[in-house]
Amino acid sequence: MDTPLFEYTLGLADDALISAQRMGWWISRAPELEEDVALANIGLDQLGQARSLLTYAAELEGEGRTEDGLAYLRDEREFRNVKLVERPMTDFGVAMARLLAFATYQLHLYRALSTSSDTTLAGIAAKAVKEVAYHVDHASHWVLRLGDGTDESHARMQAALDAEWPYLAELFTPIDPSLADRVADPAHLEDAVVAHVRRVVTEATLTMPEVSRALGGGRQGVHTEHLGYLLAEMQHLHRSHPGATW
Amino acid sequence: MTPGSVTEGTTMPRARQLAASVLDPELPMVTIEDLGILRDVAEDDQGRVHVTITPTYSGCPAMETIRADIVSTLELAGYLHVDVEFALSPAWSTDDLTDEGRRKLAEAGIAPPGPVPTGAAGAGPTPLSLSVRCPQCGSLDTRESSRFGSTACKSLWVCRSCREPFDHFKAL
Repeated sequence: MDTPLFEYTLGLADDALISAQRMGWWISRAPELEEDVALANIGLDQLGQARSLLTYAAELEGEGRTEDGLAYLRDEREFRNVKLVERPMTDFGVAMARLLAFATYQLHLYRALSTSSDTTLAGIAAKAVKEVAYHVDHASHWVLRLGDGTDESHARMQAALDAEWPYLAELFTPIDPSLADRVADPAHLEDAVVAHVRRVVTEATLTMPEVSRALGGGRQGVHTEHLGYLLAEMQHLHRSHPGATW
Repeated sequence: MTPGSVTEGTTMPRARQLAASVLDPELPMVTIEDLGILRDVAEDDQGRVHVTITPTYSGCPAMETIRADIVSTLELAGYLHVDVEFALSPAWSTDDLTDEGRRKLAEAGIAPPGPVPTGAAGAGPTPLSLSVRCPQCGSLDTRESSRFGSTACKSLWVCRSCREPFDHFKAL
């Protein structure tokens, strides 16, 4: 097995999967009905990307596991997502700050990956890049509206950015050297992603956070205490009723 | 065309015609051929049929239903070995919608997509978009009320002239 490529694919898949699960939490809780629908659709796009990536990861592993096996039957330490996406988000400003950061990262990553020599990853990325462009657009509109809104919305949007920013750095963890020239290296995308987010943040009359980086470790399976609870909810049906369909 | 009905006298192979007649379960006014998601139908000399389709969006929840509908449509016509493959590449675009598909969408009150914008997706902080024509009254004085609608492929709009809300198929 090509372990570095498997781990890389799993990292992208788990970022999308866990983010999708967090997006789903907003259904019935967003500030307006249209936003429930929007966040559900964004989560659905991410879930679709996760499914394709997990299917490919299972194929690379070659041990007969499926996308469902990887999604539902791994424990916390086997997940490879970054901490950015796994933390709860109970403030709508946090949801939009995180979506702006994460979708912008995905946009640049998928765009670079769409010309990768790995044709499966290139195909998944070329499909996904068009979807995440809408997610960036959606988050940008909200950040502009809330940042350049009332004193209350401005303060909460700024607090949300400050809270999410330390976790952004982990997305740009360099890849295994054996993957160079075969996939997109997130370490090369940091400047472009930060510049892209900065344009939105500045236009929204907000200030780019100057904060230290949070500890990474998600790509090695070291997570916050929040991931276990998320997995319990996401996995319990499949584990209680293996192979259940409806 | 209704599901399973086949027009006589065309040159399109019968299995292709049958697969092309399958309706989209979420947009039942158009066929999968109209949508441009039917990529290929290959029949071997044993009568086995291999159908290739592509999703509109990565997470499109209609794909399993479409797969089942293709298989049952072909089985009812006597093809007993049918398999359906999902292909992601090249990525589907709303430019793949046929003119017939656009006409049917508009007739059903769904504003068809404009051409896919050129240039890098998401390049600017506040993307501009062209106005969408109201499928009810034809007015261009419309506004977007939500960027995401009842399915992944649509956004929700309101016409300022006739006051009617309508769906718009987003350019992708």
